Amino acid sequence: MSPVKFRPLLACLAAATALVAIAGTAPASAANTFRFAFQGDLKSLDPYTLKETFTIAAHGAVYESLVTRDKDLKLVPGLAESWETPEPTRYRFHLRKNVKFHDGSPFTADDVIFSAERVRAPGSNFQTNVPADATFVKVDDHTVDMVLKNPNPIALYQFGGWYIMSKTWAEKHDALKPTPVAATTPSYAALHENGTGPFTITEHQPGVRTVFKKFDGYWGKVESNLDEAIFTTISNDATRVAALLSGEVDWVDPVPLQDQSRVSSSANAVVVNAPELRTIYLGMDQTSDELRGSNVKGKNPFKDVRVREAFFRAIDEDAIVKRVMRGQATPAALLIAPPLFPLSNEFKRPAYDPAKAKALLAEAGYPNGFEVPLDCPNDRYVNDEAICQAVTSMLARVGVKVNLIAQPKAKYFAKILKPAFDTSFYMLGWTPSSMDSHNILFEIAGCRTDKSSPRGTTNLGNYCNPKVDALADKIERETDQEARNLMIKQAYETIMNDWGYIPLHQQALAWGVSKKVKLVPRADNQMMLFWVSKEQ
Amino acid sequence: MLAFILRRLLQSVGVLLAVGLIAFAMFRFAGDPVNQLVAPDTPYAERLQIRQSLGLDDPVLVQFARYAGNAMRGQFGNSYQFRQPVSTLLAERMPATLELALCATVFALTAGILMGVYSALHRDSVGAKLLQAISLVGVSLPTFLIGILLIFLFSVTLGWLPSYGRGDTVRIGWWTTGFLTVSGWKALVLPSITLGLFQMTLIMRLVRAEMLEVLRTDYIRFARARGLTTRSIHFGHALKNTLVPVITVAGLQLGSIIAFSIITETVFQWPGMGLLFVQAVQNVDVPIMAAYLLLVALIFVTINLVVDLLYTIVDPRLRLSVRRAA
Repeated sequence: MSPVKFRPLLACLAAATALVAIAGTAPASAANTFRFAFQGDLKSLDPYTLKETFTIAAHGAVYESLVTRDKDLKLVPGLAESWETPEPTRYRFHLRKNVKFHDGSPFTADDVIFSAERVRAPGSNFQTNVPADATFVKVDDHTVDMVLKNPNPIALYQFGGWYIMSKTWAEKHDALKPTPVAATTPSYAALHENGTGPFTITEHQPGVRTVFKKFDGYWGKVESNLDEAIFTTISNDATRVAALLSGEVDWVDPVPLQDQSRVSSSANAVVVNAPELRTIYLGMDQTSDELRGSNVKGKNPFKDVRVREAFFRAIDEDAIVKRVMRGQATPAALLIAPPLFPLSNEFKRPAYDPAKAKALLAEAGYPNGFEVPLDCPNDRYVNDEAICQAVTSMLARVGVKVNLIAQPKAKYFAKILKPAFDTSFYMLGWTPSSMDSHNILFEIAGCRTDKSSPRGTTNLGNYCNPKVDALADKIERETDQEARNLMIKQAYETIMNDWGYIPLHQQALAWGVSKKVKLVPRADNQMMLFWVSKEQ
Repeated sequence: MLAFILRRLLQSVGVLLAVGLIAFAMFRFAGDPVNQLVAPDTPYAERLQIRQSLGLDDPVLVQFARYAGNAMRGQFGNSYQFRQPVSTLLAERMPATLELALCATVFALTAGILMGVYSALHRDSVGAKLLQAISLVGVSLPTFLIGILLIFLFSVTLGWLPSYGRGDTVRIGWWTTGFLTVSGWKALVLPSITLGLFQMTLIMRLVRAEMLEVLRTDYIRFARARGLTTRSIHFGHALKNTLVPVITVAGLQLGSIIAFSIITETVFQWPGMGLLFVQAVQNVDVPIMAAYLLLVALIFVTINLVVDLLYTIVDPRLRLSVRRAA
């Protein structure tokens, strides 16, 4: 090969290298920047568009709510300095003074009343966060009353996700109505923010990156020492972990189970595990006259309580936690996570007992078991498909032949959710957005008998016991917490005695965190920027 | 000639329509967009309303007709997930994909030709055998694995190059470029190699085979007999004659590099059109999927059209048959 011909190319390369070297020595910026990456996107900046954990948490850096939740998920004052209930149907909020929105306008009662209307307007995904029957009344510029038709013990439970927006800003930018998830025209509020929070968003490229900057006019003291935070989506698991290990990002969510030990043993990052609020459970079709996809014709085995108990007892949850979840899960006795129900420690998960399961099946008339399909997502929960495979093989040991149908969530949800309810046996995960048992008793354990009522919308197998419905209705109204908890307990006991559901576990959140960073892993999996500190 | 072009254009429209219809029919099986858009405990009535406002309850043909009608007027609708016009999103992502494709092609051509020439001239040397082995790896290893391996070596272990993203970009009009910053160049290295590796091995093997062929021909032998220098024989005569098929292949491959950068973009979280498409598939974002597929079809149709026209210009025999047919 000729050395002469390629000399210009070499010279070019050398020059380019030199250029890179010179430019590379530019002084690093002094700002304390925190970089974080999530598997999904931050799809909208409008705080009423999408009720999804990561989105709500990201909005929480720039927007604030009247009442918020602290590191242990307890309700604490936010933009409302304090509140009282002069009568059971009236809440009086005393608003903070000297609070400014990022555009400089002051925060007043008008903004609260505007936000209360906007959050319940058609197109909002947060309509249920504020009681539908509540009217908001301005008392003075910094006092607002919320008047309810009926006493509601959990009226404020979801206020943490209801962020206050500026009325004047919304008027100015034609953003009076919430941006619906199915918006047909781009909306200003979906691409810009104007909150009162400790950070502002200075750049937002949907699906690519979002830049948060410290807001100098913030009313309170902020724990965080960050000047800037940059969010990127990294959807590929391996790339996300690599970016953390190489120090290019300081926080990633999630770290896949198989990578956790590698991250923990690395020099610059650790895995932070904490129990999450979502409960993974199995449900059974207890309503059809014939089980779809089963070899039992003319009847539905799941209508027999002995069959349901047999299924429960045949599944070795401890083995699932140990083998499939590699220890990163907590076996669940109830459909609700322990931090959300004070009496949950009084419940014990019925023991794994394959011999009894076999006996029960024989007693119910299926000594040789039967066939049933199991619907399962494969890209929704931690190791979802692997859990279903484990369940399949455990049930095989007692003679039940499970045909596993594992599919992506886009197809899975379309098949099993209302109106199709096309499933005989399924796995699902649920976090009560109200952080309260009523949501579970109404949505998941409520009878679907009344077609016009939203009761039991996600009760896919139609587990039905009128006793639970009656209790749920009382629980909705009862304001005496102790009595209320006892009723909730009674309802869960009823579900347990009916073997209505098979709760499996609460998966653990798995954040990959740089060793330079201190933050708070809250059980609802929300990472709040204002609790993040980074060594420089 | 004009008739030929017109007929070709008409056929192209047919192809685009067919792609659109097939794509639309397939989206039925991608799942339900509504459940991807809202929280799991969204009231059923609200879901119904969203379905209706997206027009998902209409028959596929009605949806397709509406879509095709809008598309002809240049309107591709709004993305379900980002609530922005699809055309804006694609335009925003296009520079990233095109710059990556360009770098990958340049890399594939330069490295491929150099390696091909070397292994043809030094057929039995250890170096040539090594290159052959490497090219085998390049052909047989899947793209995502190569990407992950490169990330592991150069980002995690050595810490030289970034593992994801485009680095800092500079905006020139509507175009964003990574060519003007150091981090932009650094970010281009690994994805370009990953994306270009397959084409590189292809070109290398092509150049090697062609070169060996040409070196056996009479005019090379005559050139040698005339006493020309080896350098002028190899590069002035042999290589030049090798390049005709190489350029054809490289041009055609450019289309597939742009269209199939999907995997590379996913691995490196490269904010281009391919990544946008993958995100759209996961979220059943039909408007983006449809527009992207149409765009890819358009790229291929255009390239084929240009190639056909070039052939008629290059090859007089074709021109004659075209005229006769017309």
